Amino acid sequence: MAPPNPSEPIDSETIAILAARLEAASQTRLGRSLAIRHINTGSCNGCELELRGLRNSFYDLERFGLRLVENPGQADVLLVTGPLTRNLKAALEQAWDATPEPKWVVAVGDCAVDGGVFKGSYAVLGGTGHSVPVDLTIGGCPPTPARILAALRTLLEVNAT
Amino acid sequence: MITATEIIRSAPAEICRPWLRHILPHADWIALAQTAPAEGWTLLAHWADTALAHALFLDPDSLRVVPVSTLVEAGRYPALSPYLPAAALYQRMVHDLWGHVAEGAADLRPWLDHGNWPLSPPMAIRPESRPPGAPPLLTGPEQDDAMILPLGPIWGQLDEAAHLRLTLHGPIVRYAEALLGFTHKGALTLMRGKSTRAAARFAARLAADATVAHSVAFAQAAESALDVEVPQRAIGLRIAMMEIERIAIHLDNLTEVARLAGAGTVRTKCGTLREVLLRATATAFGHRLMMDCVIPGGVAADIDANGPEAILRALGTIASELPTLRRLHDGPALSSRLVGLARTRGARGGVTGRASGHAFDVRTNFAPGYAGLMPRTAVLSEGDAAARQRLRLLEIEESLRLIGLTMDLLPAGPTTATLPQVSGEGIGCAESSRGDIWHSIQLDHGQIAAVFVRDPGWDQWPLAEQALRGAEAEDIDLIRTSLALPASGIDL
Ligand code: SF4
Repeated sequence: MAPPNPSEPIDSETIAILAARLEAASQTRLGRSLAIRHINTGSCNGCELELRGLRNSFYDLERFGLRLVENPGQADVLLVTGPLTRNLKAALEQAWDATPEPKWVVAVGDCAVDGGVFKGSYAVLGGTGHSVPVDLTIGGCPPTPARILAALRTLLEVNAT
Repeated sequence: MITATEIIRSAPAEICRPWLRHILPHADWIALAQTAPAEGWTLLAHWADTALAHALFLDPDSLRVVPVSTLVEAGRYPALSPYLPAAALYQRMVHDLWGHVAEGAADLRPWLDHGNWPLSPPMAIRPESRPPGAPPLLTGPEQDDAMILPLGPIWGQLDEAAHLRLTLHGPIVRYAEALLGFTHKGALTLMRGKSTRAAARFAARLAADATVAHSVAFAQAAESALDVEVPQRAIGLRIAMMEIERIAIHLDNLTEVARLAGAGTVRTKCGTLREVLLRATATAFGHRLMMDCVIPGGVAADIDANGPEAILRALGTIASELPTLRRLHDGPALSSRLVGLARTRGARGGVTGRASGHAFDVRTNFAPGYAGLMPRTAVLSEGDAAARQRLRLLEIEESLRLIGLTMDLLPAGPTTATLPQVSGEGIGCAESSRGDIWHSIQLDHGQIAAVFVRDPGWDQWPLAEQALRGAEAEDIDLIRTSLALPASGIDL
């Protein structure tokens, strides 16, 4: 079988922007590993299919110190997928409230970025940013695992600088 | 008693290619629902538009699909659910989206509408604006000695947004009720008024695990409505894509079930094989999940020059691992967790149905292009989680054969047909990795006047509620995964 391949390079511009944001908020740094909690706010499940790919041996996100957790109380990062449906707004806000500071919010996929193709529907409010402050967006429908992994590694870098 | 065929024969009909849609007076609509179970007719889907209630039946004897409609009068139409329990969820959806009341229904609690939309009913001719209301409550049969375990709607496990409410007796699930609608995105409203090409983007995003299958069903419905012939090359490429999707999704499921069951080798192998396949797919079709690759009229682009080789190489890798995967599934690590787990009864099709003795598969009779490939439907009888995983492996094997054959037979030629801006009505179908999908479209000068998209989830969730009864609470995630239960397709 094919050997694991290196993921996409880390985007230095994004790191700089995030680092500036971190300084501005004078946030405590989170450290060399990050606990990630996934939140589906109305996805078509395409983003989840690619996120699940992050666990295969090509990407193996744990080797970078990125861990998936189920309890928002233990999370450093909220990884949000899907357009924000009106029926899931309260659930997103509850999860955000339950996540201790400091925390990062990452919007994964065009839908979470700004509602994607579902913008303008009576049932959809827009992207994740409609309800909670977003630190990092990853576009794509869905974004590839390589792209998601590269973006998550920028968070690790920012925390390490 | 009058037979279903007699009821249909005496009714006026509209052309709804490739079938006829019969318009029934209320009395005949009820009579058909009454006689359907005895004659083996199954309800494939039930929906509405602003003026009519629609139902899609399957007549197993003549192997035909029968669309029927009845007028909604003063906001009401006769409920099908007293005779056809499968209609119950659809009736709640029809009420939430169009406001039509299914008269005689035992249950008209909100389903998709959780009281949060700014207007209601959203698909009525003139929806009314309304303030946010209180969310609906689930009402299960509660007992004093029982404990209620609410799960979801957010699980934090890279999957679904759905709510399961379990009534526990000790560690055992006594009763399970699913509350869905959380991921409702208003897809039908977004499709209405658009050209079929523009609306296809929503069909592709109903449920990503069936993005190709939904896109094919949608395209076929549109092509039927417009009476357009799709080039043979496009039909072949669609079949290749649908079967690749089936393999990729089955591999995803095998990976996840193995992960939850603690079978590390199977998990690693299947996860790797899926990635190998998705990379080949990206090379061949330009998108790992093949989203938007099927469009009304044909396919969005021809397969890449390097595509056939990339695909065939990935399929070869998968084929070479299948014997090992089969052996590992029969081994103690997986069988001790899966044998006897969540046995289902009564599923008509999909993996769940075919793992429990029911062979329904639209590839063998309704889906265009398959006849020449002579698809072989694998069927097992045990109906438990172990049978579902073995069936997934058998289906992968058959899909490998179908893709190889399709690619061999792929004719040269164009990959799209022009779509005329005319009016018409059509029905399309496809067999997704979870079961049969049906789309119904009415076009007015090339624009969508009415549409309904029926995901297999409509059958799967009620079955899951049954299968969870008697299960151990700690097996819930494993059972959910083994049944493959995305919510987005049914949530619309
Ligand atoms: S971004 Fe694309 S894949 Fe992700 S949830 Fe939205 S439509 Fe689905």
